[in-house]
Amino acid sequence: MKYVTEYRDAALVRGVVEEIRRTVTRPWVVMEICGGQTHSIVRYGLDQLLPPEIELVHGPGCPVCVTPLELIDKALAIASMPNVIFCSYGDMLRVPGSGRDLFSVKASGGQVRVVYSPLDAVEIARQNPDKQVVFFAIGFETTAPPNVMSVLKARSLGLTNYSILVSHVRVPPAMHAILGSPSNRVQGFLLAGHVCTVMGYHEYPSLAEKYKVPMAVTGFEPLDMAQGILQTVRMLEQGRIEVENAYARLVTFEGNQPAQNSIHEVFEDCDRTWRGIGVIPMSGWRLRPEFAAFDAEKRFDVGTIQTKESPLCIAGQILQGMKKPHDCPAFGKECTPEHPLGATMVSAEGACAAYYRYGR
Amino acid sequence: MCLGVPGKITEIYEQDGLQMARVDFGGVVRDTCMAYIPEAKVGDYCIVHVGFALNLVSEQEAKETMDLLQQIADIESELGPGAPA
Repeated sequence: MKYVTEYRDAALVRGVVEEIRRTVTRPWVVMEICGGQTHSIVRYGLDQLLPPEIELVHGPGCPVCVTPLELIDKALAIASMPNVIFCSYGDMLRVPGSGRDLFSVKASGGQVRVVYSPLDAVEIARQNPDKQVVFFAIGFETTAPPNVMSVLKARSLGLTNYSILVSHVRVPPAMHAILGSPSNRVQGFLLAGHVCTVMGYHEYPSLAEKYKVPMAVTGFEPLDMAQGILQTVRMLEQGRIEVENAYARLVTFEGNQPAQNSIHEVFEDCDRTWRGIGVIPMSGWRLRPEFAAFDAEKRFDVGTIQTKESPLCIAGQILQGMKKPHDCPAFGKECTPEHPLGATMVSAEGACAAYYRYGR
Repeated sequence: MCLGVPGKITEIYEQDGLQMARVDFGGVVRDTCMAYIPEAKVGDYCIVHVGFALNLVSEQEAKETMDLLQQIADIESELGPGAPA
C-alpha cells in the first residue's frame, strides 16, 4: 500500500535508529502523547531498538482511557433506556464503568451498536424515526470534525431523534498539566500527528518555549516514529527549543481550516475531567448552547450518578508518564484485556493493552 | 482512535448535500466524507479517520522526507553500526 509499506521498511528504520544512536550522548526522557503511537512503538519493537539513553514514556492520548467514569456511567444509563439505540466506536464497549460495561448492557437486551463513523449513527436515526439515537462522541481533536459533522448533518436533515453524549478533550491543555507538574520527567515530546493534521501545530511553540521542551510532530508508521525521535533527540542534544514537523506529508502549521471552522461552530471550550488524572481547566469541548437540542446530557435524565473506580488500578499515573504498566501489581494478574480493571487495558490505544499484547 | 489510514480517491459524489468519495485502501473500498478537503480530486491520496478524509497526502513532502531518510540510512550502512560519530 502506497504511503504505508515504504514507512515500514526495516532497513530504513534501522538506519535512522543508528543515526539516533550516533546523536545521543546522555539520557533523555521523551513522551509520545498519542496512544496509537504507543502501540506502534511496542508493536514494532522500537523501544527495544533504541539506545538505552532514550526512555520513551507514554502519554494520556488515549481517548477511551481518559473518558471520565461519570460519563461512562451516564452512557450505560442512557443505553439501558427503552426506545434508545446507543451508538459508539467499538473501543468503548469493554471499558469498565462503575460495575459494568456497554457490552453487558447489550447482552441484557439494550440496543448498543458499534459504528465505524458518526455518520452511520445519523443514518440509523434517519431509518428509526420512532427511536432515540445517541452517539457517544468521545475523542481528541482528531474525532472532533467527524463528530461535529454528524450534528450538522442531523440538523440539515431535520432529525429530532439524534443526540450526542460529548466527552471531548484536547492535547495542549494536557501537556500544560504534565509539564507543570512538580513530578514531571518529560524533556521532549512527540506530538500526535493526526491531531496536528486537523489543528496544525501553531498551538505548540508557546508551550515549548514556556517549559523549555522541544517537540516534533510525528506520524504513526515505524519510520515516522524513528524520524520524530531523531529530530527530538537532535534538538535536545543541541539545546534547541523548537517545534519541528516530522510528518510533513500530512501536517501543515495551520492545519485543516474547514475542519477547525466546523469544530468552533458546534463546540466551545470547557473544563473536563480526565479519568485517572482529574479536572484539567479548559481542556475539552462541549456543544454550544445553540446546539443544546443535540445534547444527550440535556435530553435524558439519568439521575444522580455515584462512581466507583477500582482501587487497584494505577492508570492515572501511567497516563501521566509517571509509571509504566508493569509497575502495576495487578498488571496481567487481576487486570487483563478479558477482565480489565481500567480503560488503559482495554483500548487499542491503551499503554497497558499494548504491553500485555506485545509481551513487555 | 486517532489512527488514520491513507487511501486513494477513486470516485467523488454528493450525498445529502455532503461531498463524499469512494476511497480505496489497498483493495478495501469505503465511502468517505470529503467535506473537510473540498479541493480533493480523483487519484489523490488522503488520510481517512472514522469515515472522514482529514487531509491530502502531499506527494512532494513525502518524497523529500523519504530522500532525506534514505540518505541517513545510506550513510549508516556505509559506516556500519557503531562507527564513531
